[in-house]
Amino acid sequence: MRYAAGVDVGSTQTKAVILNEDRQIVGRGLQDTGANVTLAAERTFAATLRQAGLDREEVLYVVGTGYGRFRVTFGNAQITEISCHAKGAVSFFPQTRTVIDMGGQDAKGIKIGPGGEVADFAMNDKCAAGTGRFLGNAADTLGLSLDEIGPLSLRGTLPVRLSTVCTVFVESDIMAYLAQGKRVEDILAGVHSAIAARTISLVRRVGLEPEITFTGGVSRNIGMVRALEEKLGGSINVSPEAHYMGALGAALFALERTLHLAPEMSLEVASG
Amino acid sequence: MTLVAGLDLGSRFTKAVLLTPEREVVARASVRTRPDFPAVAREALERALAAAGLEAAAVDYVATSGFGRSNVPFRDIQITDITCAAHGAAFLNPEARFVLDIGFQSTRAIRTEAGGRVREFASNDKCAAGAGGFLERAARYLEVPLEELGRLSLQATTPQSISSICAVLAETEIINHLTAGVALEDIVGGIHRSLAGRAHALLRRVKFTGEVVFLGGVAVQEGMVRALEQVLGTPVRVPEAPEFVCALGAALLGLRRRAGPVAAGGVR
Repeated sequence: MRYAAGVDVGSTQTKAVILNEDRQIVGRGLQDTGANVTLAAERTFAATLRQAGLDREEVLYVVGTGYGRFRVTFGNAQITEISCHAKGAVSFFPQTRTVIDMGGQDAKGIKIGPGGEVADFAMNDKCAAGTGRFLGNAADTLGLSLDEIGPLSLRGTLPVRLSTVCTVFVESDIMAYLAQGKRVEDILAGVHSAIAARTISLVRRVGLEPEITFTGGVSRNIGMVRALEEKLGGSINVSPEAHYMGALGAALFALERTLHLAPEMSLEVASG
Repeated sequence: MTLVAGLDLGSRFTKAVLLTPEREVVARASVRTRPDFPAVAREALERALAAAGLEAAAVDYVATSGFGRSNVPFRDIQITDITCAAHGAAFLNPEARFVLDIGFQSTRAIRTEAGGRVREFASNDKCAAGAGGFLERAARYLEVPLEELGRLSLQATTPQSISSICAVLAETEIINHLTAGVALEDIVGGIHRSLAGRAHALLRRVKFTGEVVFLGGVAVQEGMVRALEQVLGTPVRVPEAPEFVCALGAALLGLRRRAGPVAAGGVR
């Protein structure tokens, strides 16, 4: 059996996925990136190898992606996270025409062409609104964990209106609403709604053609999934692997390149 | 003794200043702002009283300011932070006509008249770019205590530019500088330079010329003061306890209001 891996060094978390030649996931890893990006990549990959029960030599090709991809010193190639998220999303949902990727510091809209290729993209460049960091700050201010805020937001009945989507300003906005006696659920519903609106206006720059697939760490937040669906007026695809989609896409690219080295196997993958 | 208390409920800290009728500061205290504004305001006031060895009865008038000013049930009057900052600055530096106030999330440039009346102001309203929150986050990433950040940049030799506007996105840039082996001093120097540039842009919107009084929590950072002087090309005046000037302004205006309508407007 041959193996290939993708390592996605994000601004907040580093993810790794190892695939076998049947495109099955045999290992996953997730660690906080922290300040030492190279170390984060190494550690995450090592943990993923252990989980898969593999030796380093058994993984024939490694693709690095994410903002720290050039610091994946053991990588054979680097591919942008835009290509990797698109690749991952299309592999799970072949009809995907738009990818919404929300990570720790990034919010992106990716337009997918008819052949599954990246046709266009838009991303936040000047502001962290609509990112995981925004939600993390909101959670911290309310003394909640990131995992709690999504489900709680679904119980909001009268969402508050945020005056800003600035990640720093949201703290005082939330404090002021708490001081007014607003319910936490309603504050969170307002937070999710504001971020969903902001993200959709970003993604609209590349069109919002269905099917829409939601990837990145924020896609684990059910409140954000529902807020996006409500504003889009339809359902969106969310894979259980959505958090790992960048690493998975990178691993798929790596696998293709591995098999390219042995052409007799690429047919098998193409038919699979 | 009948003191007036000025309370400034800022987005990061709540500050209290106790003032005598002779306009002497008796005590100052600061506590971290929490969502329970009434409790935070009371705690700041009690700490200031304790610092002066006084009972609550010593204070008979409370003026509040800052973004939480309207949520303090025991206040006698509430006044906007811009008005308070301008009056506090004018009291300490009667000649100055420009005030720069950089707090945790707000940066304000104010043009004043003699006596501290506000002529016009400019402020970052929808985004924390250029405010103190940026420094707090930077300190966390650089693993430097916030108190040391201010001195560090004085030793910068080649400040590294920070191109990100967003206080959050700049983290990635800071980490990149760090992993590229850039000296801590030069990173902090670049951050201060970047904030100074944003402050200058705000000051220009209120037709800045001459001299500026620099207030707010960020003004305690020497490196920030130096960067501002370099960017503005003029000396920057930092009063004693710059983070308490807005609370001082609230107390001064409270004192005037307590004295009643006869004295109102009569503060020289």
